[in-house]
Amino acid sequence: MLAETSETTTVDTPSAKKVATRDAYGEALVELGREREDLVVLDADLSGSTRTKGFSKAFPERFFNMGVAEANMMGTAAGLAAMGKTVFASSFAMFAAGKAWEQIRQSICIPQLDVKICASHAGLTVGEDGKSHQMLEDLTIMGVLPHMTVIVPADAVEARGAVRAAADLDGPVYVRLSRAPTPVVLPQEHRFEVGKATTLRDGSDLAIVACGVEVGAALDAAALLTADGIEARVINMATIKPLDEELLRRAAVECGAVLTAEEHQVRGGLGSAVSDLLARTSPVPMDMVGVEDTFGESGRAEELLVRFGLDAASLATRARALMERKS
Amino acid sequence: MALTPDRKRDIERAARRVRIDTIEMTHAAKCGHPGGPLGMADFMATLFMAHLRLDGETLHDPDRDRLVLGNGHTCAGLYSLLSQKGLFPPELLATFRKLGSPLQGHPHRNPELGIDMSTGSLGNGLSVGVGMALAARLNGWSSRIYVASSDGESQEGQIWEAATSAAHYGLSNLCVLVDFNNIQIDGVMREVMDVRDLRAKYEAFGWHAVDVDGHDIDAVDGALCEARETDDRPSAIICHTTLGKGVSFMENEAGWHGVAPDDEQATRALAELGV
Repeated sequence: MLAETSETTTVDTPSAKKVATRDAYGEALVELGREREDLVVLDADLSGSTRTKGFSKAFPERFFNMGVAEANMMGTAAGLAAMGKTVFASSFAMFAAGKAWEQIRQSICIPQLDVKICASHAGLTVGEDGKSHQMLEDLTIMGVLPHMTVIVPADAVEARGAVRAAADLDGPVYVRLSRAPTPVVLPQEHRFEVGKATTLRDGSDLAIVACGVEVGAALDAAALLTADGIEARVINMATIKPLDEELLRRAAVECGAVLTAEEHQVRGGLGSAVSDLLARTSPVPMDMVGVEDTFGESGRAEELLVRFGLDAASLATRARALMERKS
Repeated sequence: MALTPDRKRDIERAARRVRIDTIEMTHAAKCGHPGGPLGMADFMATLFMAHLRLDGETLHDPDRDRLVLGNGHTCAGLYSLLSQKGLFPPELLATFRKLGSPLQGHPHRNPELGIDMSTGSLGNGLSVGVGMALAARLNGWSSRIYVASSDGESQEGQIWEAATSAAHYGLSNLCVLVDFNNIQIDGVMREVMDVRDLRAKYEAFGWHAVDVDGHDIDAVDGALCEARETDDRPSAIICHTTLGKGVSFMENEAGWHGVAPDDEQATRALAELGV
């Protein structure tokens, strides 16, 4: 069912298997801990939820629980990195990116230190905890920081690769992870590369550019659109910064319309990054699916995606409307 | 062990050089923060000349000491001391705050010049010191990690997050020197936002903490020795100082926190410093 060619991964239907990207992170960290003596992990009292607990059990001397104090955790991470360590710092996305933004800017990004912020519980799919915990602004505030690389893995397979790539990359990285188990949409042999997007489904009527949980929704939407005779190209834009500009420009030129989809505020995230590039290079009709300048609310993850128009059916509706605007 | 007369003379000379450099650098830049470095000159010179293992020869030793200037706006003094320790030629000081200079208006990390961390936004330095101290201990290095801070900076909540974690992890290789001059940008610290007794606060957070006269070189040296001998907890040295010390018209004047002397003021200041 899943076959990856040099350029295009063909996915007929997303696999039924569901795994949370935070689980893949926890497993990858333990593997990396075995391979790399210089790896140090910090958490802010959420090690069970962010899945750094596995590392803390395997390598207790290289794990530091910093308590409920995210600002200090980021500064501490910077200090460890300034002494040559590769540091992973985890919390919920709201607290890691939101509470500690200034520390990330001053102590990590300005001196370009080797700190990997792996933030779980991003987006609406946090679910029942509601708006205080549903971080929908992290891509904006992390992506705007110079020297920061921003990655949103599409599934558990990609999360594993992204964590390894983050460890190998020199400098600050933000990896956005999810609480909810989500469909595995990529084949086991998928190789994540920083700054390289992957085309998961070919088509030339329009391109759907998605990240995170929306990649699965985009594939499902593309399947729905075939009934209307619309062949959508589906692109997994796992690295939000730096964008795969070449692949995006080609998609815009070849498809003539671009729809973006993200579990994030529609302004300041993936859609804004894509439109920013295309407006300057290859403008085509665009639409952007995301949360429309509002906070989330309590509910089950799947319900929330429907409620906020991020499910496959909603994407398909938006895609049809976008097709109308194609000249 | 008490300072030898020779060593004490070196420290006094270095502190005087810090004051002269600070006036000349801020005057040449036509901006900057002269008050803090003048007040910190004596205790920072004691740290650099008698304790901190950082000079041109040890720069690339991984287990050398580190210094994080939490109150980064006082960096004219840091740059003066780094040049005096042979990290770069004193001529570079003339580029302070100028376009293209590595001597930025607030410190920017530069491993080749001995600038160990980027700072400027208050509250960040002590957390960085915690991370450095953890790393040094993990690596089995004898490095001591020094952080400069201030009474004004102690109004930042992050300082107390860092203080909590440093005590929790028993970071005896960490030492903070707090410049306590009772002045901040908007005026008298006791009136703007009184941080009260910082020695008692650090003690309550589980630190070894002492009050010293920040202009008494022997007292500062004694406190630094005591900190080094404290092997179960981090140390805080609350250095009570006079902002603008050494230049009569700058002393205890909040206006000199972040304003450069003009030609006439610089001449008068340098004359008072014996230039």
